[in-house]
Amino acid sequence: MSASQPATARLSRLVPYLAIAPFLVYVTVFLLYPTLIVVAGAFTDDSNRLTSSTLRVLTEGVYLRAFARSIELSAVTAVAGAVLGALLAWAVWSGPREGPLRRAVTAAAGVLAQFGGVTLAFAFIATIGLSGVVTNFLQDQMGINPFSGGVWLFDMPGLMLVYVYFQIPLMVLVFLPALDGLRPEWREAVESLGGSGWDYWRNVAGPVLFPAFLGATLLLFANAFSAYATAAALVSQGSPIVPLKIRGFLTSEVILGQQNLGKALGFGMIIIVAVVMTLYALLQRRAARWLR
Amino acid sequence: MDVKSSVPRRGVVAGIAALALLAACSKPPAKTSTAEASKAATASSVSDVGGLDALVAAAKKEGSLNVIALPPDWANYGTQISTFSSKYGIKINSAQPDASSQDEINAAKQLASTSRAPDVFDVGLNIALANTTMFAPYKVQGWTDIPEALKEPSGQWFSDYGGYMSIGYDAKKVPAPTSMKDLLKPAYKGKVALNGDPTQAAAAFNGVVAAALANGGSADDVAPGVKFFSDLKKAGNFLPVDPTPTTVASGQTPVVIDWDYLNAAQATSLKGKVDWKVVVPRNAVVGSYYVQAINKDAPHPAAARLWEEFLFADQGQNIWLDGSARPVRADAMVKAGTIDQAAYAKLPPVAGTPVYLTDAQTNTAKNYLASHWTQAVG
Repeated sequence: MSASQPATARLSRLVPYLAIAPFLVYVTVFLLYPTLIVVAGAFTDDSNRLTSSTLRVLTEGVYLRAFARSIELSAVTAVAGAVLGALLAWAVWSGPREGPLRRAVTAAAGVLAQFGGVTLAFAFIATIGLSGVVTNFLQDQMGINPFSGGVWLFDMPGLMLVYVYFQIPLMVLVFLPALDGLRPEWREAVESLGGSGWDYWRNVAGPVLFPAFLGATLLLFANAFSAYATAAALVSQGSPIVPLKIRGFLTSEVILGQQNLGKALGFGMIIIVAVVMTLYALLQRRAARWLR
Repeated sequence: MDVKSSVPRRGVVAGIAALALLAACSKPPAKTSTAEASKAATASSVSDVGGLDALVAAAKKEGSLNVIALPPDWANYGTQISTFSSKYGIKINSAQPDASSQDEINAAKQLASTSRAPDVFDVGLNIALANTTMFAPYKVQGWTDIPEALKEPSGQWFSDYGGYMSIGYDAKKVPAPTSMKDLLKPAYKGKVALNGDPTQAAAAFNGVVAAALANGGSADDVAPGVKFFSDLKKAGNFLPVDPTPTTVASGQTPVVIDWDYLNAAQATSLKGKVDWKVVVPRNAVVGSYYVQAINKDAPHPAAARLWEEFLFADQGQNIWLDGSARPVRADAMVKAGTIDQAAYAKLPPVAGTPVYLTDAQTNTAKNYLASHWTQAVG
């Protein structure tokens, strides 16, 4: 390489990067720029003066409780989704690879994992809402009132139930490839050395799958933590979790001029998701070692 | 996996997205401004435009009017819009009918200087006070009929219609309540809904204030109101559902705490299907008026002013009254004999002195709600 290398040659080396330029523009406009606004907003007050008092407000009980509830919701649905999803994935994986069961389940999981949001909330309201099909059936035919202890569907228990509905299929999608990475040779090796099925799962498959399982759980956690539309359509009282608190600051006609508090909450969420996703990336690297 | 072929395709998709984005960012062509329009844009009364006929002519020339957050079943706005449209031949673009007051202001900011920006606002007082810089001062012809406390002296905002907090109920499903405390009884288990979250919607906010008045609180102290809803929740009576005409019609929300004009409108629209009754609870009379304001960057300044003239003339006021809202000129119209007597007589009776919250009281109350509401109903 010499300094006299013609500029055109240098330019031609940039051409491959040109293809991803639109993607970079897209990421800048829809991810980096909004993130910047949120972070900047978290450190300014509503007259745009630099301050740390906006962030200090987050330590007030009501916001800490919102974070605690958000984390509780995400953790419970992540663990439930991961365990049930892994079992389903395992059941599917045990069957024939090109069989109709596997094809049906993966196709359904692909659709249902993306079925969050307003449609999902309304699907639940229509089935087990106050005058939902199932509720009416239970009440009229069996004399059971599912809401005798309170209307839990529009509260935290309801949110957990609905979130698990999209967490399980997502787990199936991300965990099946990990199961596929288990080679039949390993099992044969264990058997030829006199090991039992339990030995195989305990000493070979378990350790190989564990990082993938943990990573997938973290992914589910982030998935639930950042979900908004489902909760917004379902919960109309009390804004129990952080995304709904942020909505309150942006659209409230009662509490005004506190948009920056919403941005501070957003900033808190970014930090939590960043930590979770970093752990996820580290676990993925470890999990990938066996699954090439 | 066919990775090679999928990469450039994704590049193309992103490229198209970027192009679409550029197109979305560029401003639509600015409206053509005429001499009349610019005259109307700064007019602070009908005489500044040269009389009502000149205003009508200028508005007709503009041809349309953008309104926002006006549900057709809210204070009879459906009739208001269709009557105005057919009377003057001006097309009304009604955007986001279910939006909140804050959404109106947000839309005005986001759509500023486009032809889709809202021309007029119908907002809660709270929102109006926080956004006076966005309004063009204007005094309608019936200006002097509006009580002093219910308008801004220069005309930035002026009250239009209001009402009292009430309990609407399905008389076939629940016994008739007369006070807020009645709602704690077992007969109302899983049946009592509040119209929105009080930290977000003005109607629900005033519902909590009414509950406070009924339980030993005052305009200065809403804590007993929050306690009341917490008790309601503990008793299993509170229904965390946002009531809509649909939930009322299907019987999901048999008791709704809301403005009397909204509950009364419910009763009218469900006549024959649901026996919906309205009561203003004893010793818990909270009143509030909504206010009108004109967007100072209104794309149709003449039509915006004509709309206000129409709403505040006897006809517009009676249309609100027909939707069970109390029009702000009601007292003057009773004196002049121009009020729709039949509709006026149908308003729910009120026992006790109505309480109107001052700005300072509102602030104290909302700070309390912001830190206590989630706990109370969570």
